[in-house]
Amino acid sequence: MTETVEPAASPNPEQPGPPSVASRLALYQRAGGIATPLVTTLFAFFVGGLVVLATTHKNPLNTYREIFNGTGLSWFLHVGSYKVGLPFTDSKVWFPWDTHARAAENLQFMLVVWLVPLILTGLAVAFAFRCGLFNIGGQGQYLAGAFVAVWVGTSFTGMAGAPHALLAIVAAAIAGAVLAGIAGLLKATVGAHEVITTIMLNWIVIWSGKYLFGFGGPLQNDDPLRSSLAQSNDVPENAWLKVFWGDAGFQGLHVGIFLSVAALVVYWAVLNRTTLGYQVRAVGFNPEAARYGGISVAKNYFLAMAIAGTFAGLGGAMDVLGWQHKVAVSDIETSGVGFVGIAVALLGRNTAVGVGLASLLFAALLTGTSQRNLDPSVFPPELADNLTLMIQGLVVLFVGADVIVLYLWQVRRSIFGRRKRAPT
Amino acid sequence: MTARIPAPRTVGIAGIVLGLVAFWVALPPVEARSLFWPALLGIIAVAAGIWAASRGVRRVGLGAVAVGVLGIGFGLLATRSSVTHLDTVVVWSALLASALRYATPLTFAAIGGMFSERSGVVNIGLEGMMLMGAFFGFWGADKTDSWALGLLIAMAGGCALALVHAFFSIHLRSDQIVTGTAVNFLALGITGYFFVHIYGEQGTPTDVPSIPSVNIGGLDRIPPSGLGNFLDGIFGEMNLMIWLSFALIVVSYVVMFRTPIGLRIRAVGEHPKAADTVGISVYRVRYLAVLTSGALAALGGAYLSVGFLHLFDQNLTGGRGFIALAALIFGKWRPFGAFSAALLFGFSSALGDRLPDYFAQASSAPQLFNALPYVLTLIAVAGVIGRSIPPAAIGRPYVKQ
Repeated sequence: MTETVEPAASPNPEQPGPPSVASRLALYQRAGGIATPLVTTLFAFFVGGLVVLATTHKNPLNTYREIFNGTGLSWFLHVGSYKVGLPFTDSKVWFPWDTHARAAENLQFMLVVWLVPLILTGLAVAFAFRCGLFNIGGQGQYLAGAFVAVWVGTSFTGMAGAPHALLAIVAAAIAGAVLAGIAGLLKATVGAHEVITTIMLNWIVIWSGKYLFGFGGPLQNDDPLRSSLAQSNDVPENAWLKVFWGDAGFQGLHVGIFLSVAALVVYWAVLNRTTLGYQVRAVGFNPEAARYGGISVAKNYFLAMAIAGTFAGLGGAMDVLGWQHKVAVSDIETSGVGFVGIAVALLGRNTAVGVGLASLLFAALLTGTSQRNLDPSVFPPELADNLTLMIQGLVVLFVGADVIVLYLWQVRRSIFGRRKRAPT
Repeated sequence: MTARIPAPRTVGIAGIVLGLVAFWVALPPVEARSLFWPALLGIIAVAAGIWAASRGVRRVGLGAVAVGVLGIGFGLLATRSSVTHLDTVVVWSALLASALRYATPLTFAAIGGMFSERSGVVNIGLEGMMLMGAFFGFWGADKTDSWALGLLIAMAGGCALALVHAFFSIHLRSDQIVTGTAVNFLALGITGYFFVHIYGEQGTPTDVPSIPSVNIGGLDRIPPSGLGNFLDGIFGEMNLMIWLSFALIVVSYVVMFRTPIGLRIRAVGEHPKAADTVGISVYRVRYLAVLTSGALAALGGAYLSVGFLHLFDQNLTGGRGFIALAALIFGKWRPFGAFSAALLFGFSSALGDRLPDYFAQASSAPQLFNALPYVLTLIAVAGVIGRSIPPAAIGRPYVKQ
C-alpha cells in the first residue's frame, strides 16, 4: 500500500452514519484502557451479590469465596514442596504445588472444559468484530467443528493416531470456516446482515446435529449396548489429544491448551503484522474509506468470517478430541461455549490479551459455579449456574454501553483536571 | 394482445400453485396412487416457471421450477408409501390445528418484534422477553390463581426486560445487538434463578389455572360433512390465545399501516431525523415500540407455559424467539407476512411431530423439519425468493441535536 488511506467524502456530512464496531473499539481504548472492563466486571459481580443477598439471605462474599475455591485457582495459593514427573519422561523434579490435590482436578477441569474452547470461540467473535462484523454464529461453528471432528475421528479408524487427530482437527477447522464463510459470502455479495444469517446457521447446525446423532441417525453409535443413547461412537483412544496432567480418560489437561494459547498469538500476529490484518482492520474502522483506499471490502468480509469460523471450528475439535471423545445430543442442546464467546470477546475488547484474560475469568466463573464444586450449605449449587448467566448478561450489557464509559471518563478528567493531551 | 396472453408473473404464480397441487394430489383425501398426476402437474408447473423466467420474472419463475420439481419428488415419495401410513400422518385438520398451536407463540413474538424493528430498534432479545413471559406468566397464574392476572404479570415481566433493552439501546446508544444478546443472557439467568429458587427440584405445580379453550359447537354440521368435520377439527376447540393472535394480526396491521401512530413508528424507523424535524419524539416512539414488543413477546411466552405446556422449565422457549425473529424477517416486517411465516414454520414443526409415525423404525430424520424455518429464512435474506429488506434506520441509535 503506497497510498495513504483517506476517509471518503461523506455524501451527507451532517449524518455520519452509525458508529462502526471498530470505531467503538477505538473509543473504548481511549476511554479508560483496562479500567472499564474491570469496573464492568466488578459491577456485575456486585449486582450478582445483591441478588444472592436478597433471595437467599446468605453472605455474598462467602458465596464468591466458595465459587473461587471451586475454580481450582486456589491451587496456586497452597505452596509446598512436591515432586512432579516431567511430561513424557520418567524423571522427577521439585515442584512448588501438589499436582494431585482436589483443587488441581478443578483447575484441570477449568482449563480443559472451559478455557481451551472459550479462547477459541472468543477469538472467533473477536476476529469478525475487528472487521466490523458481529459473529453470533460462534456456537454453530463450534458445533460444526465438533461434528466433523467426531465424524473423521470415528471413521478412518485404520489411520495412525497422530495423523488421524491432525486430519480431524484440520477438517473441523475447515467445517467452521465453511459455515462462517457462508455468512461472510452472503454479507459480501448480497449484503445479508451477518447477525441474521449466523443465527439461522446456528440453529440449522443444532437441528442437523440432533438428526445426525439422534436415534437412527446416520452418525448414532453402532454399539448394541449404547443403542438407547443418542450419541456418536467414541473416537479411538490413539487419536485423542495427549493428556500431560491428570486423568487421560476423564478431563485431564491435554495439549490442546497449547493450541489455544498459540491461537491467541496467531490472532495478534495476523491482525497486527500482516497485510490481511491491516485490511481487515481498515474495513472494520470504515468500509467506505477502505474501499476508497483500494481494499476489497467484500473479500475481507468473507475472509474475516472464514478465519473467525476456523477458530471456532478448532474449538469444537479440541473438545471432541481432548475430553469428550464423542458428541451427544444432550450436549448439543445444553452447550453454550459459543455464546459465552460473545461475552469473552466483548469483555476482552477484541484484543488477544483481553480475550485470554476474559476467557480465564469466564472459565473460572463457570467452573466455580458448576454443581460439583459448591457446598450446598454456603450456596445452593442449582442456583449458581443461573447466577453466572446473570453476571454474564450484566457484563455484556455494561461493556456495550460506551456512553457510560465516555461519561465516566469525562467525569474522571474533570475531577483530576488532567489535560495532558488534547482530546482527539 | 395483452388481454389474451396472461402476464408472465401470473403464469409463474400459477406454476407455483400447480407445483403444490402436484404434491397435494398424492396425499389424502385425493391420494392418487400412480405417479401420473403428480408428474403431469409438476411438469406443467416447471414449464410455466421456465416460460415466466424467460419473460423476465426470474424469481417467481425459478420459484415455480423449484416447487414443481419438489412437487414431483414429494409426490413420488407419497405414492410409494402405503395408504395407512399416509392416513395416520396426513390428517389435515389435526395437522393444521397443531400448526396453529405451534405458530401462536411465534406470531405474538414476531408481531412484537415488528413494532420494535419498524421503529428502528433491532430486537435480538425477543427470545429473552418470551422467556420472561413464560416464567412470570406461570408464576403469576400460580400466585394469583388466575390465568388472566398471570398474563398481565407476564406482560409486566416482558416489559421490564424490554425497558432494559430500550434504555441501553436508545438512551445509552449501545450496539442494539450487543444489548439484545445481553438481555437474552439476563432472561435465562433471571428466570432460571427464580424458577429454581421458588419451585426447586420438584418442578412447577400441576394445579395452575390454564388459559381456556373456546368451544364452538355445530361446526361439524356445516353442509358437506367433509368440510364440516375439517372446520370442527381445526376451529372447534381452539385456545383463546390463538383467537387473540388472529385479532392481534388485524389490529397490528391497522395500527401500523392505517393510523398516525403506525406512520410515526415507521417514520422513526426509516428516517428518524425527518421524523424529529416534524415534531415526533424519536425517543418516545422507540421506547413505546420496544415496550410493546416486550409485552407481546411475553404473551407468546405465556401462551407456551400457561396455555399449552402447563409447566415451566429452564430455557423453556428453547430458541422459539429466534424462530419468531426469522418469521418476522421472512414475512418482510409485515403482520400478515409474519403470520404466514409463523404458520409455515408451525406447520413444519407439526409435520416433524407426526412424521415419526411414518417411519417404521426409530429415526431422527423428522428433526430436520425443525431446521426448515431457518433454511427458508436464510434463503429469503439471501434474496433468492423475494428479498427481505429491513427498515432503513434499523440498528442505528439516534442522537438528538
